[in-house]
Amino acid sequence: MTPLAFVIVVFLISILGGYLGALLGLGGGLIVIPALTLLLHVDIRLAIGASIISVIATSSGAAAAYVREHLANVRVAMFLELGTTVGAMTGAYLAGRVQPRWLYVLFGAMLIYSAAAMLRGVHAVPPDEPVGRVSEWLQLSGSYFDHQRNEKVPYPVRRPLLGLGLMYGAGAVSGLLGVGSGALKVTAMDLGMGLPMKVSTATSNLMIGVTAAASAGLYFARGQVDPFIAAPVALGVLGGALVGSRQLRHFPTTLLRGVFVAVLFVIAAQMIARGLLH
Amino acid sequence: MKRDVEALISTTLRAGVTISVVVMFTGIIFTFVHHRDYFSSRPALGELTASATSFPHSVPDVLHGVARARGQAIAMLGILLLIATPVVRVAISVVLFAVERDRRYVLITSAVLLLLVISLLTGLGE
Repeated sequence: MTPLAFVIVVFLISILGGYLGALLGLGGGLIVIPALTLLLHVDIRLAIGASIISVIATSSGAAAAYVREHLANVRVAMFLELGTTVGAMTGAYLAGRVQPRWLYVLFGAMLIYSAAAMLRGVHAVPPDEPVGRVSEWLQLSGSYFDHQRNEKVPYPVRRPLLGLGLMYGAGAVSGLLGVGSGALKVTAMDLGMGLPMKVSTATSNLMIGVTAAASAGLYFARGQVDPFIAAPVALGVLGGALVGSRQLRHFPTTLLRGVFVAVLFVIAAQMIARGLLH
Repeated sequence: MKRDVEALISTTLRAGVTISVVVMFTGIIFTFVHHRDYFSSRPALGELTASATSFPHSVPDVLHGVARARGQAIAMLGILLLIATPVVRVAISVVLFAVERDRRYVLITSAVLLLLVISLLTGLGE
């Protein structure tokens, strides 16, 4: 393959990553990493570096639309980012001190558990549970316009402290492994805090950029961000995210949930495979 | 939260994305203009995507390369601008919450910004 063909192929594949990432609140790494390593034989270190950039690209590209449309809850994002940034710092500190092999497997198992819980429609938060004092004090509850029902849907935000704890864990995992922050953020908001699915994916999109930026400096300084790979990835992902973020509001929630659960299983399989092959 | 505050956060993100797209794209164009063989040479790709490939990975190196109009350095500058976008978004949120006199969120957002800058700088310094 010539360098020109490489840039074009990477760009086109990344469009898909950005599109899915924007709809599901993920960073696009689930498409970008396997495409780069398995299909294009790029070194895994450089593929992970490019995927960190792809997370920031998806986040910034999609969140611009979600914040404007009030699908992303800015207050919830800001509050929970306290957890993810401290978590990411903990993860970066632990990286190199812990054997990542079993972490990948553990992370994969956690995702399978979450996917199964979402599939069965298990909700940790009963619908009549009161909002609670912390959430009221932080004025977290919000509303969004549901284009399927054609009405404004107010939603309560409950269990913010549980959410904060889960986000600390999500940040630690992504700081440690450099992957998967979006999948854990969406499940934490969906299962842990009982937020509407679209609000969870949109708010996750706003948050993952901050988590990734916190560790991006490290990946850049270690020489894992190759501009020849990361720039076409970022351009493709941004294009895909722009399209995806315009379509989210028209997506039926049940379909979105189904696709998300399917993607969780795929990420889980990737993680377990990476752990076992490590 | 007031609607215009959210519009400003959205505009910040859009501006960061637009600027970095232009710079990254320019970098890629420059790379190919400087290396005409990249259009046709197959072995050249191996050198560009191997783990031992050389490209700037410190801020002074990037700026130095940009001054010499080197494609890889320009593309990297675009990537650095993209990395800066969420950081700037958080920084602008601090200002916006301050303007709204929302003390709780000024505190929360400042804490996030501080942690973010610390981890970004310690990462760069490693």
